[in-house]
Amino acid sequence: MAKRIDVSDLDIFYGNFKAVEGVSMSIEPRAVTAFIGPSGCGKSTVLRTLNRMHEVIPGGRVEGKVLLDGQDLYAKDVDPVGVRRTVGMVFQRPNPFPTMTIRDNVAAGLKLNGVKNKARLDEVVEKSLKGANLWNEVKDRLDKPGAGLSGGQQQRLCIARAIAVEPQVLLMDEPCSALDPISTLAIEDLINDLKERYTIVIVTHNMQQAARVSDQTAFFNLKATGQPGKLVEIDSTSRIFNNPSEKATEDYISGRFG
Amino acid sequence: MQSVTGVSIADETAGPHGQSPLAGDGAGTGRLGDRLFGGAAIGAGAIVVGLVTLIGVFLLSQAIPSLMKNEANFLTSTEWSVGGEHPRFGILRLLWVTVLSSLMALAIAVPIGIAVALFITNYAPKWLSKPAASTVDLLAAVPSIIFGLWGLRVLGPHTDGIQNFLRDNLGWFPLFKETTVGSSTTIFLAGIVLAIMILPIITALSREVFAQTPPTHKEGALALGATKWEMIRTAVLPFGKPGVISAAMLGLGRALGETVAVMILISSLAQGTAFSFSLFDGGETFASKIALGAGEFDTPQKTGAYIAAGLVLFILTFIVNAIARIVIERRKAFTE
Ligand SMILES: Nc1ncnc2c1ncn2[C@@H]1O[C@H](COP(=O)(O)OP(=O)(O)OP(=O)(O)O)[C@@H](O)[C@H]1O
Ligand SMILES: [Mg+2]
Repeated sequence: MAKRIDVSDLDIFYGNFKAVEGVSMSIEPRAVTAFIGPSGCGKSTVLRTLNRMHEVIPGGRVEGKVLLDGQDLYAKDVDPVGVRRTVGMVFQRPNPFPTMTIRDNVAAGLKLNGVKNKARLDEVVEKSLKGANLWNEVKDRLDKPGAGLSGGQQQRLCIARAIAVEPQVLLMDEPCSALDPISTLAIEDLINDLKERYTIVIVTHNMQQAARVSDQTAFFNLKATGQPGKLVEIDSTSRIFNNPSEKATEDYISGRFG
Repeated sequence: MQSVTGVSIADETAGPHGQSPLAGDGAGTGRLGDRLFGGAAIGAGAIVVGLVTLIGVFLLSQAIPSLMKNEANFLTSTEWSVGGEHPRFGILRLLWVTVLSSLMALAIAVPIGIAVALFITNYAPKWLSKPAASTVDLLAAVPSIIFGLWGLRVLGPHTDGIQNFLRDNLGWFPLFKETTVGSSTTIFLAGIVLAIMILPIITALSREVFAQTPPTHKEGALALGATKWEMIRTAVLPFGKPGVISAAMLGLGRALGETVAVMILISSLAQGTAFSFSLFDGGETFASKIALGAGEFDTPQKTGAYIAAGLVLFILTFIVNAIARIVIERRKAFTE
């Protein structure tokens, strides 16, 4: 049930500050799209507009269009809560609910959806934890607090929590930046599996990671601090890394950048 | 080092291993200033501990002779005649009125306090949240005597309707039974006024913990498709729960000890009135009984009886505060 995303002429504001300007791009379904670019260029900001999490920040506001399989996410009659159930998100720092058990963490989204049936919840918990490659590590301690897991396990728990509600798109903001190389590889493998079913967008500062996991790469840049960030180009990952059309992209990728 | 770290109470609780965080750093290397300050801290600590001990010993020494002479059971009697050769006094009624009025205050103030705190931290627009918070805080600055007068003259008559309604319709339930008190000046009224009096502290502390909810937890819930209220239920309330519990305990401590307002608000009962569980009864709390009895402190025997009642109140508030402390400590361990 993966869906494509079309962004057109998107401007994003924090209060009066225009953080990102004029983004237009297409994000393919059943593929991984990576956002790369220097710090502060607006990768996280753009990502958060794709599930209407941007407006959670006071003063956060958007102009332009984001279409999910043709439906405008920002149309008047669209409920942001519904959007977030369709477009899941994994954050930079693992954020399991600390007072909940591992099981309850994974089931949290379903419970919000009103699922009460115990057997069904257990089934989804198992399936999601398997999907997040965590089942074998936690199956004997599902009733222990989620906060007791290692950082990498917590992040996979958060992924399990996100996929438990079967979203159509999965957004990940630097999901591996707080993790060691082994956990990082585990999550990259997971992303590879997940893209069979989901549209995945991942923000990363790690060029090798972008090259390893993504099919498509978008490079963002900003002229100077205080200026809005812009999308420089988006293309297949192999083109961006081997033969980009813009000089700025080449400079950034080859490390010849500021 | 020894001069600062070994002894003072503050240092003992500072670090995870009962040591000041800088203790191993050679932070207090026996310089004159360190030694002076260390000495002063020990001295102050010793004075406080000594004073508390002395007060305790004094109170006990006053209370014990009267308790020995008491011809009624101190814990289960509802009588209160402390003079003469055959004193008969007990705290059952005081204990009941104290606990009942305070618990009623808590039952009203906690939900309202939580709601106001949630409103201020999560719902109110920016320009409103600060003034709203300050307004509630201002309530804490109103003297008890004003609450008492206001409760008696203004609020009391307005509660007649509901008191009568409960009495007439739910009178079969012991808490709502008909009593000898004909006016609105009952435990019920005191409970409402006490609720208003403890609302500020409960609101302020709850507000504080709710505001500290890590944004990542809130975003985690929102990103799962939680509505605002669901976000509060999955992220804010669980995080704030220990804080709210300790806020409630502190409020309870205040309600248990409140004197003047309660004294004004609850009708006294004639000697010999039968004990009842009803909210619509009169009576005294520990604190208001002692204040009302001030005229009787003319012999050590009478004074001792009141002091014994005061000691029970002290133990009660001590227990409540200890529970609050324990909960707060637990929470610390939890957030680290
Ligand atoms: N909550 C906020 N309020 C105001 N401005 C913000 C907020 N969050 C981000 N910004 C601004 O928006 C711009 C883009 O920030 P963003 O976090 O999207 O960058 P990023 O590309 O994700 O950077 P990084 O790689 O460091 O995560 C920056 O100028 C930043 O200062
Ligand atoms: Mg970012």
